Amino acid sequence: MSDSEALIRIEHLYKIFGTRPQKKLSLVKEGIGKQELLEEHQHVLGLSDINLEIPKGSLQVVMGLSGSGKSTLIRHINRLIEPTAGEIWVGAEDVMQMDKVQLREFRRHRTAMVFQRFALLPHRTVLENVSYGLDIQGIAKDEAHKRAERWIDRVGLAGYEQHFPAKLSGGMQQRVGLARALATDADILLMDEAFSALDPLIRTDMQNILLDLQEELHKTIVFITHDLDEALKLGDQIAILRDGGMVQQGTAQQIVMKPADDYIMDFVRDINRARVLRVRGVMEREGLPENPDGAIPEHISLEDALPRLASAGHEAVPVQNKQGQIVGSITVEAVIRAMIRPDHDNRN
Amino acid sequence: MDFLEEMPSLGRRDLMNLRKGIDAGFRSFSRSYGEDLENFFDPLLQFLIFFEKLLISTPWPIILLIVAGLTWLGSRSWKIVVGSVLCFMLIGYLDMWEDTMSTVAMISVATLICISIGIPIGVLMSRSDRLQATITPVLDVMQTIPSFVYLIPVVMLLGIGKVPGLLAVCIYALPPIVRLTNLGIRLVDKQVLEAADAFGSSYWQRLKDVQIPLALPNIFAGVNQTIMMALAMVVIASMIGVKGLGIPVLQAISNQYLALGLFNGLAIVALAIIFDRVTQAFGKRLQRHQIGGPSV
Repeated sequence: MSDSEALIRIEHLYKIFGTRPQKKLSLVKEGIGKQELLEEHQHVLGLSDINLEIPKGSLQVVMGLSGSGKSTLIRHINRLIEPTAGEIWVGAEDVMQMDKVQLREFRRHRTAMVFQRFALLPHRTVLENVSYGLDIQGIAKDEAHKRAERWIDRVGLAGYEQHFPAKLSGGMQQRVGLARALATDADILLMDEAFSALDPLIRTDMQNILLDLQEELHKTIVFITHDLDEALKLGDQIAILRDGGMVQQGTAQQIVMKPADDYIMDFVRDINRARVLRVRGVMEREGLPENPDGAIPEHISLEDALPRLASAGHEAVPVQNKQGQIVGSITVEAVIRAMIRPDHDNRN
Repeated sequence: MDFLEEMPSLGRRDLMNLRKGIDAGFRSFSRSYGEDLENFFDPLLQFLIFFEKLLISTPWPIILLIVAGLTWLGSRSWKIVVGSVLCFMLIGYLDMWEDTMSTVAMISVATLICISIGIPIGVLMSRSDRLQATITPVLDVMQTIPSFVYLIPVVMLLGIGKVPGLLAVCIYALPPIVRLTNLGIRLVDKQVLEAADAFGSSYWQRLKDVQIPLALPNIFAGVNQTIMMALAMVVIASMIGVKGLGIPVLQAISNQYLALGLFNGLAIVALAIIFDRVTQAFGKRLQRHQIGGPSV
């Protein structure tokens, strides 16, 4: 990951749905609630003062329940929805200043999108669907099909090139959707609840495919979901929306360890903390142990670290990073402390 | 009490003046522009005559071969091909070949005109609700106004002959293709359209890659309806000088020739069934992808 250089920058983004959104903007800026805006002004608050920086090559999850504005937010990045106010930057390009043609080029080459309900072209075969983006770019058919075939292979659909989408299962259809998005070579991947319509097992499968691909491709991915487990599994960074406002941003560790409010706390209550939390987030960084023998990697989950810790008893176990340097130490007690979930009751 | 018993109406004299005014206005319009209009439609007339002559002068075995080829291309069904060829042979055997060829020429040209005008109108209509609200009542009028009523101005303008007949047929047969094109495009899945936008389609790319192909089954139902309605107008069009199967039917009506009317009427029905089965089978094949399976 090429550090914290932001590729996508969203600043003070507002979206109000209704007949005269500009007029209601000042009300929203003064802090009128979603409910009040709807009941007294017949406008719907989509997004309110969203600020988000997404580093190049990272996987940003945007999480929220339905109606929280997450799908609205992702459609602002390629301007499928026009904001009421605010700025959207991709690299040095101001997305809001693009005219129609520039925006089209931007959508063709910089962004690609995967949809919740797949949105495949039913009258085209798998091969023709995957080469759709290339088609739009104006790439010759042979070349487009050659590239498409590589991606079909990559998502495990080899042999299905000539099938129509209707014949494929949901999971396979979404592989087509993913391949279609990847085939355009866009560096930004927008995934709108891409796996939400799939069965749990297939969903896990697709999540793993995505993580594998990301390991290799280092795209900048914006992933929308309403599922906290999915968010924690995939996200380098997680942003949580509620009623169009940003409630918390941070890594999975930060959100699980320090939920910003009761709303998020309710979310994180029922998750398997041992599986989500990484050694990195719990370890002691001061007083590095001198003996590096039997060090465990910092990126594994607490669940995976437990066998090793259990055999060490009360002793601190050294922790190393991917380069093999010792970066901290961890004890069973620290793990147990981390497993205690922050409840409403024992917070005070 | 008079008011309640008698509906207030324009006086007899006023009414007459109104009608006279309208008639005079239209007559002077047709006097000044009739010739221009005739010239405008002349290429159409030439084409229609050419096509009709071509069909009549082509030896019948070749026509049968073409019928077999076209029905096979459209339907891919041996039953329909054999049925169509048998129908045409029976028509020839009962000595209605020439009239049938004239009618086929007329229907084909009318359908082509309706498609080439109707689809663009339908596409435009699907883009704007306001346009839809404007055009829909016009289509309603075109479909419901008695055909004889619009024959009057057409004949006043262009006289009697093939072109006015063709126009009359087109006025009657155009609405379904416009309606179903509009409907078909409006029914295209919004999510697929959004995907097209997200990948950076231009308006034209979106229309040709997504909207038209996905609307095609509906558009084709429109073509089918247009052909059926054109056939339904054959007899009425023959009243203003269109050759074909309609003329003997007219003769049969005025002279009470039962068999003549029946034979020619049944020939029209046979044509209708052939056109209908072939276009419907073709329309179904357009929807193959919804059942899935590898493409051919």
